[in-house]
Formats: sequence, structure tokens, C-alpha cells
Amino acid sequence: MTSRDVLFAAVGLITAAAAVLAVTNRRVLHAGLWLVVSLGGLAGCYLVLGAELVALVQLLVYVGAVVVLVLFALMLTRSGGGEVDTSPAHRWLAAGVGAGMTVLLGGALVAAYGWDTREVAGPGNEHIGEEIFGTWVWPFELLSLLLLAALVTAVAVATTGHSRDRAA
Amino acid sequence: MDLPLAVEIILKAVVVLAAFLTLPLAIGQTEHKVMAHMQGRLGPMEAGPHGIAQLVADGIKFVQKEDVTPASADRWVFKLAPAVALIPYLVALAAIPWSAAWVAADVPASLLLVLAVTSVGVFGTLMAGWGSGNKYSLVGGMRAGAQLVSYELPMVLAAASVAMAAGSLSLTGIAQAWSWWWLIWQLPGALVFLVAAVAELQRVPFDSPLADSEVVFGPYTEYTGLRFAFFLLAEYAGIVVMSLLFTVLFLGGWSGPWSDTLGPLWTLLKAALVAILILWLRIAWPRVREDQLQRLAWLVLLPLALVQLALTGVGVVVWG
Repeated sequence: MTSRDVLFAAVGLITAAAAVLAVTNRRVLHAGLWLVVSLGGLAGCYLVLGAELVALVQLLVYVGAVVVLVLFALMLTRSGGGEVDTSPAHRWLAAGVGAGMTVLLGGALVAAYGWDTREVAGPGNEHIGEEIFGTWVWPFELLSLLLLAALVTAVAVATTGHSRDRAA
Repeated sequence: MDLPLAVEIILKAVVVLAAFLTLPLAIGQTEHKVMAHMQGRLGPMEAGPHGIAQLVADGIKFVQKEDVTPASADRWVFKLAPAVALIPYLVALAAIPWSAAWVAADVPASLLLVLAVTSVGVFGTLMAGWGSGNKYSLVGGMRAGAQLVSYELPMVLAAASVAMAAGSLSLTGIAQAWSWWWLIWQLPGALVFLVAAVAELQRVPFDSPLADSEVVFGPYTEYTGLRFAFFLLAEYAGIVVMSLLFTVLFLGGWSGPWSDTLGPLWTLLKAALVAILILWLRIAWPRVREDQLQRLAWLVLLPLALVQLALTGVGVVVWG
């Protein structure tokens, strides 16, 4: 075991533990805060694996913007402190889906790479940039189109509601 | 001089921590004095010569005060919030270069690192707003969340423009690629970045999350003693980080006459001027209303940042 293995195991454990706490917590706002820890831990995993750019973008976008928006919505609707209880059937179903997904992804990884360890050297920042804006430029641009459509729809939904209110 | 790696790391960490604890105090003292003189007052005069030790006295006062946690507070969220607000600026300070050699943690994508960690700091404010169990804190926290998310976009776009111009995500690389005509070429981006930075710091004129006449003191209403002092320290540390970042991105960092030897001093001088400009804004302008604040971010700063990005792109293609 190298020090990198130990570091990766530690960050991975933190990520997984925070994720479990985020899912099992009854108070929604606490679940959101554990989600912050989990997503931050995931950024740490990327960093340990040498993918600096991916790690920082993860921190900037998911932690710094997406979860902030989630927490903001919780505070706005004042539902953050409330206790959330789901039915046992619901929980078992969710656990089943989660376990199935884990087995599926783990199986795919083992099938693809086997059990032996591999040297990981994260791609350089320039390389990622060239790949995104070279090989994968069309999917990338299509994604931005999708986000634009979502944005326009959100504005449409919000404004049509307003005019109906005013007319009533 | 070659030191063992461990010694070098510890030494750098100590230096960054020392800078982190002293520079914000210097900013705070400057704010007291600049504000006082601009308003025709003397400001603090009692502690030390010309009141120079006023903030040390304030610190001693804060330590002595009782650390109150309100009964309706969300206990751990409330208690952890000041640390979450403070630590990101410490990390950011470690990654900002003072000269090509004077940088504690020289990472390849340091610009992205600084922007990413400072965007985590908003959780301190959100946690304080929620955890206090106080409606004024909650309203203030929500205002802060909305404000920080809105202003982060133009800020990142303005920073991206400089990174594009330099062809590097490293702050050291950006400062080395800088030349004087960027002052004109990157002027719109610089303005956008400065305004967005002031908004990210929740300083006047963008201090509606803390507006004392509307929401008492927003997310910080319930805090006392040392935890309150940590929030104040985070604000001043934020000014230090943003001034240094503005200096490195838009003012060429350590470039100037005899920059080989005087480099860090140039960085310090430029950053101090930027910091005084940020302090000056507080004295010169009244508070912006919440809706005006959002309007400014989305209808003025964002288009301006996009125009700057296009301008930079054309410039890079034509001259680069």
C-alpha cells in the first residue's frame, strides 16, 4: 500500500459515510449538509487520482452552486427542519435499487479491468480541454442546448403563472 | 537554499497562517481609520499610538465574552458555521502567488482552486442563517445565498477571460503573461470582477444580507464572542483574498520596476490599493435594494462579462 492508497481509502470512506448519512438523515437540511460533505469528498477522490481539473470543477459546480441552490430552496420553503418519514416499503425499494446499481457498476468495472491493481495517472488539464472541445465537442454543445431549453422552460413556467394570477 | 520537504511545508504553512491572522487585522484597522478620516472624524485613538492596537483590544474583548448558543438553534450547524466561513479563505490565501517564487502551494490550476474554495465559504453564511433559529437570520441567509449564486457566474466568467488571454489556469502563469495593455483590453472584465467580488464579500453597497436596518445583522445576529469575531475575520480575510486575486489577475501581480527583488512588495502595494478601494465603496455608496442587486448581476454584469469573453476570444485569435 502506498500513501496514495491510504489517502484514497480515507477520502472514499468519508464520501461513502457522508452519503449514507445524507440518505438516512430525517431532517432534510442536515441531509443537504451531509451531501455537501459527500460531494466534497468525491472531489477529494478525483484529486487523489490525479484529475485536478475534474476535482475543482466538481467543487465549484456541485458544492458551490448546485447544493447551495438546494439549501436555498429548502430555506425558502421552510421545509428544512421538518422530519421526513418514508414508508418501510419505500425504504426497502430504495435500498434494493441502490444495491442493484452498486452490483451493476462494480460488476462492469471488474469485468472490464479484472481484479489486479492498475497504475492511475490522471490526465493533464490541457488534455481534458482538448478532449472536451475536440473529440466530444458535439455532445458538449448538445448538453448546453438541453440546459438552455430547461432554462427557457423554467422562465416560461414562472411567467405564465404570474399573468394568470394577475388576471384572476 | 534547499530545505527538507517536511520542513519547507511546515514553514510555508506557518507563514501563510501568520499572513492570514495579521493582514485582515491590518485591513480592519485601515477601514477604521480611512472611514473616520473620510467622514471628518479621528476614529479609534486610545489603544496604542494613534489607536493602532484597537483591533487587538477588540480581540481581547471578544475572547472574554460569553459564547451563547440560542435555545432554538440547530446546535452543531450553528457552532460549525464560523469555521466553514473562515477556512476557505485560508486555503485560497495559500494558493495565491506574491511573486513567481513566493507562493505557498503552487498548483497547476490555482485560479480554479481559489474560485472553487471561496465558493464553498457561502455555506458558512447559509449554515449561520439556518442554524440560528431566528427569522431575521433566515431571511439574511437566503439573501446571502441568492446573492452569492448570482454573482459567482459573472465573477467566474471575468476570471475565465483573463485565463483565456494568458492561456493558463495557473495564477503564476497569468501574472507572468500579463502586459500593460491588458489594463485596457481586460477593463470590462476587471470592472465586473471587482463589483462581483464586493458582492461576494457582502460589503456595502451589496450588504443587504446583513442590512442592519432591515434584518438586524442577518445570519450573524445570534453570534457572540469569539464565533462572531471569526465571522468578522472571515470578512476581512475575504477582502485580502479578493484584493490579491484582483491584483494577480488584472494588475499584473508583481510586475513593476525591479520586480526581481521587489516583486512581493509590488503585489502588496497593488493589493493594498485595491483593498482601500473596496473600503472606500462602503463609505461612498448607500445600500442597494435586493431586487436592484439581482438586476445588476443578471442584466448588467453577466452580459458585460460575456462581451469581455468575446473580446478576449477575438484578441487571442487575432494577436495570439
